[in-house]
Amino acid sequence: MVERTPIFNAICHLILFVGLLTALLPFAVVIIAATHDIKTVNIVPMPLMPGHDFMANIHEAWVRADLGRKLFNSVIFATAVACGKVILSAMAAFSIVYFRFPGRSLIFWAIFVTLMLPLEVRIVPTYAVAANVLAPFQALLDVTGVTWLAAHLAGLQIKLQWGLLNSYPGLVLPLVATATGTFLYRQFYLTVPEELAEASKMDGSGPLRFFWDVLIPLSRSNMIALFTIMFVWAWNQYLWPLLVTTDPNFGIAVTELRSLIPSEFGLPDWNVAMAGTLLIMTPPLIVVILMQRWFVRGLISTEK
Amino acid sequence: MGSIAIRNVRKAYGKNAVVHGVDLEIASGEFIVVLGPSGCGKSTLLRMIAGLEEISSGEIAIDGRVVNKLEPRERGCAMVFQNYALYPHMSVGENIGYALKVAGVPKAERLRRVAETAKIVGLEAFLDRKPAALSGGQRQRVAMGRAIVREPGVFLFDEPLSNLDAKLRVAMRAEIRRLHRRLGATSVFVTHDQIEAMTLADRLIVMNGGRVEQVGTPAEVYNRPATRFVAGFVGSPAMNLMEGVVDAHDVFIYDQTRRVALPPSLAPAGARVALGVRAEAARLVPAGTEGSLDAVVDFVEELGAGRVVHTDLDGLSFAVAIAETTTLKAGDAVGIRIAPQDVHLYSAESGLRIDGKAAAPAMAAN
Ligand SMILES: Nc1ncnc2c1ncn2[C@@H]1O[C@H](COP(=O)(O)OP(=O)(O)O)[C@@H](O)[C@H]1O
Ligand SMILES: [Mg+2]
Repeated sequence: MVERTPIFNAICHLILFVGLLTALLPFAVVIIAATHDIKTVNIVPMPLMPGHDFMANIHEAWVRADLGRKLFNSVIFATAVACGKVILSAMAAFSIVYFRFPGRSLIFWAIFVTLMLPLEVRIVPTYAVAANVLAPFQALLDVTGVTWLAAHLAGLQIKLQWGLLNSYPGLVLPLVATATGTFLYRQFYLTVPEELAEASKMDGSGPLRFFWDVLIPLSRSNMIALFTIMFVWAWNQYLWPLLVTTDPNFGIAVTELRSLIPSEFGLPDWNVAMAGTLLIMTPPLIVVILMQRWFVRGLISTEK
Repeated sequence: MGSIAIRNVRKAYGKNAVVHGVDLEIASGEFIVVLGPSGCGKSTLLRMIAGLEEISSGEIAIDGRVVNKLEPRERGCAMVFQNYALYPHMSVGENIGYALKVAGVPKAERLRRVAETAKIVGLEAFLDRKPAALSGGQRQRVAMGRAIVREPGVFLFDEPLSNLDAKLRVAMRAEIRRLHRRLGATSVFVTHDQIEAMTLADRLIVMNGGRVEQVGTPAEVYNRPATRFVAGFVGSPAMNLMEGVVDAHDVFIYDQTRRVALPPSLAPAGARVALGVRAEAARLVPAGTEGSLDAVVDFVEELGAGRVVHTDLDGLSFAVAIAETTTLKAGDAVGIRIAPQDVHLYSAESGLRIDGKAAAPAMAAN
């Protein structure tokens, strides 16, 4: 087993400390840079003593990037994605683990395959679908000749259109439908003794009642862990929000950060950019700190 | 309330048949124990009664109503599981009251009934605890309380005591018996432990390989095992069994030279049979005594109240239970005497008991 000698301990602590420094140093630089004025921040090397312009920089970033609106959007977006994932994957895993229905393994594998097709890979077709959710059905109708028939026989022009660009559902839905959470839940459900399901059957509860009264309370810490991970993950999404939201009213904070970064020939006000960065990374930090106790428990143990 | 009729019930998982046609009538209020080795289909039978397992063919009726297509909750059965299956996130009180909550019983009445039940199973002081903070015996009681609170017509027990230590098991056994007397509900209790089975049962059902071998009171099953399997399975130490033939003079011949006298005209001459003698029925006599079988002591098992002398009969082990202390030790030569009236005889082909003139098949099923 692990040796417990003072020297070994000291070495361990040293290594951990170096690791901690490496992880925290960039944060420190961001925080310090956010307190300088534009002149100081551009001195090479940047002075490591904090300046006095913190509040001014924060205010400037807030106004310039319209962070009030953007942070609000981000919170809605990340919360919706995380909640959606938690709910959807709990239910999907429930049906896969507890029911024997025709096509069950097909559905299982379909979900499994999506693990290999993250959004970035299928972003073009996903965009097409988001632009018109009904496009696949339209295509089906076209291919099978229904459109043609309707046009010729009834004189009807079939044109299905339901766009999600520049809307919250458009931002959220494509990110909700992925498999990671489903698998986390599936693994958890498989550890729940089968007798528990049978006992609740004997007690007279149906499947939904069992799901609600037994599985959900038992998986609470898993749920919180998944929520936390997904909230941070959704908060940091860049590519998809950038694509679907051309209307600034629906823009989110992370994509908006771009507007704070000085352009090549613009004013090099990195102090404002850093202040904006700080503001934007605060909410997920708060979520992680609040959820941390549960989060760790959910990842390392199955409450039995 | 609570009579059960099982008519030619079969169960197969795909092509793999595990219960081969069981017929049983269980009277209301009876305490039935299903005894059999593990894997013989006891649990499957119980779970078919409960409604947790589909019935492949045949039918089960509870109180005269065929329940094949009914959901577990509509059958009026309560079940106690081997691993208790308590809801880990609910307190003892919530565990016991869950069925009532699902049934929509108003809270005040629910609490009253939970309190009543907790008193019956001796858990009043623990109502607010979580199952994780209980001992094995207490969890067992919660599981029983959960079944009792619904006031069901039928209790189903699937090896509920097998996770307890020996002492608790004895105590819980007595408690289950007492509870049954008090509540009077029909009980079906599955176990592989014959002591449990003998002590609890009004009637015993011995199963093997998906078939019922014998149905009867514990005394009947012990005194007149209906098949060779039952003979070897029920009783501790197990009944001694030897294979041989019957000659024309009502003598059983084993290994060409060894002879045991049988009751007159029990079996026809030339019949190939298995002869069984309980260890308690055989007697030890000095080696070479007229009419005894010569054997060599293998080892002596001390049981406190008595002892079992395990002997070696030309490679066949043969146990004799004695009450008195003994100085016998390994290697000593002894004689074994078997009285004709203590002999159980089974057909070598069918395994059925041979019972005097007409070889009446005493089996309950088939
Ligand atoms: N779900 C199942 N699928 C296939 N075979 C099963 C299943 N459940 C039980 N069996 C088989 O049925 C037989 C009887 O099982 P069971 O009734 O649990 O035996 P026991 O008498 O030990 O309770 C066993 O051989 C077991 O392998
Ligand atoms: Mg079993």
